[in-house]
Amino acid sequence: MSEHVTEPVTEPAVGSFTPPAASASASEPRESLPGAAENTGGGEKPYAAYLLGIADDSMVYAQRLGEWMTNAPQIEEDMALGNIALDLLGQARGLYPYIGSIDGTRRSEDDYAMQRDEREWRNVHLVEQERGDFADEMARLLWFSAYQVELHTALGASTDDVVAGVAGKALKEVRYHLDHASLWVVRLGDGTEESHQRMQAALERVLPYLAELFDDDEASVLAAGLGVGVLPSGLHDAVVARVAAVVGEATLSLPDDSRWRSRGGRSGVHSRPMGYLLAEMQHIARSHPGATW
Amino acid sequence: MTAVAVESAVARAISHIPDPEVPVISIADLGILRSVEVDEEAHTLVVTITPTYSGCPAMEAIASRIVFEARQQGYAADVRTLLSPPWTTDWMTDEGRDALHRFGIAPPGQVPVGETHGPVAVTLSRHVVACPRCGSTDTTEIAHFGSTACKALRRCNDCLEPFDEFKAI
Repeated sequence: MSEHVTEPVTEPAVGSFTPPAASASASEPRESLPGAAENTGGGEKPYAAYLLGIADDSMVYAQRLGEWMTNAPQIEEDMALGNIALDLLGQARGLYPYIGSIDGTRRSEDDYAMQRDEREWRNVHLVEQERGDFADEMARLLWFSAYQVELHTALGASTDDVVAGVAGKALKEVRYHLDHASLWVVRLGDGTEESHQRMQAALERVLPYLAELFDDDEASVLAAGLGVGVLPSGLHDAVVARVAAVVGEATLSLPDDSRWRSRGGRSGVHSRPMGYLLAEMQHIARSHPGATW
Repeated sequence: MTAVAVESAVARAISHIPDPEVPVISIADLGILRSVEVDEEAHTLVVTITPTYSGCPAMEAIASRIVFEARQQGYAADVRTLLSPPWTTDWMTDEGRDALHRFGIAPPGQVPVGETHGPVAVTLSRHVVACPRCGSTDTTEIAHFGSTACKALRRCNDCLEPFDEFKAI
């Protein structure tokens, strides 16, 4: 907090992403997102589950990427992955309070991030997997950012102004993430014999986790039908084209489709690493409910 | 769109608030202060700001400072955050660019255009950035991300000094 603030006059900027009703102590109205004010009057909307999947992908991947701080191969990469994690965290924060205002629960962003059990999370398995080596992370970041570029490009035309606003902001960021992953995949793929082999192996390891990104589950079909969301299957070809171009430039090859495909994240069925991730992420908040500093 | 009405003393004070992470530039010159609506009758303000990046950690400090400056002048400020339209470095004023340059940060260049649907072109250094110290355009990017989300790190191949570049978005 700024040293100039001797006593809180109002609840200040912490509420900047929190719609009035979702903030326990907010007594004065505060619009936080475009359109948020109109959506806090008890207007429940049927596509909260769809948005939760998008927000959870970003939140969980932000947590995973944060693990690279002090663990990346060079300090610049600590900064890079930390910055990317921060962007993703911000994107999730842009959606959680809004979801709380349309799913009827009035939950805050902290409630979503810190108080939900594993089965309530709707993220794909891709983002919850353990971080592996640096090539594994670049393979995952390449695919996930390519997916996010296409997703947020499409969501920019959403009929929901809040969704379009968050997507418009996110698009600029995820393009840069894609650029970053692309540079590394090319550098490693077109590098030494060892880096080439390890980057190729990473592309193969990430493969089983990709199909889920493009599954049309019930929530996405509903959201797409309302013009709020997009059908994930419709993003598939454009995402593959983006990744294939980078992989080709890197003198690598896209592996054949995998024999098994990880599934279930969008309906709350997660893989083994998810519980450990939540334990680490939520431990403090759950041990000291309502703690502030 | 960049210009913020600064007829009143309180709006002027708010427009001069420095960015907490790059204090040589004001929030108005950075383009993140979108509007200040003054109600002289009620002595209240509605101040709208927009983040440079979704996860910008400085937003809370900026909003606190706005509330403080307003209170100094006898106003109660309501600070709102707006994401749309998304911030662009095009909203940075010429004064802001000069201030960055004097401070040793290369100001943002043209926002990259044409990146829409095609695959990303992959090259290691794609745009020309002049060294803010010696003016040489022979510079190399050494890190895609710098000390804050809005900057990248470069090195001048002539004077050999490293420097921050404010990324164009």
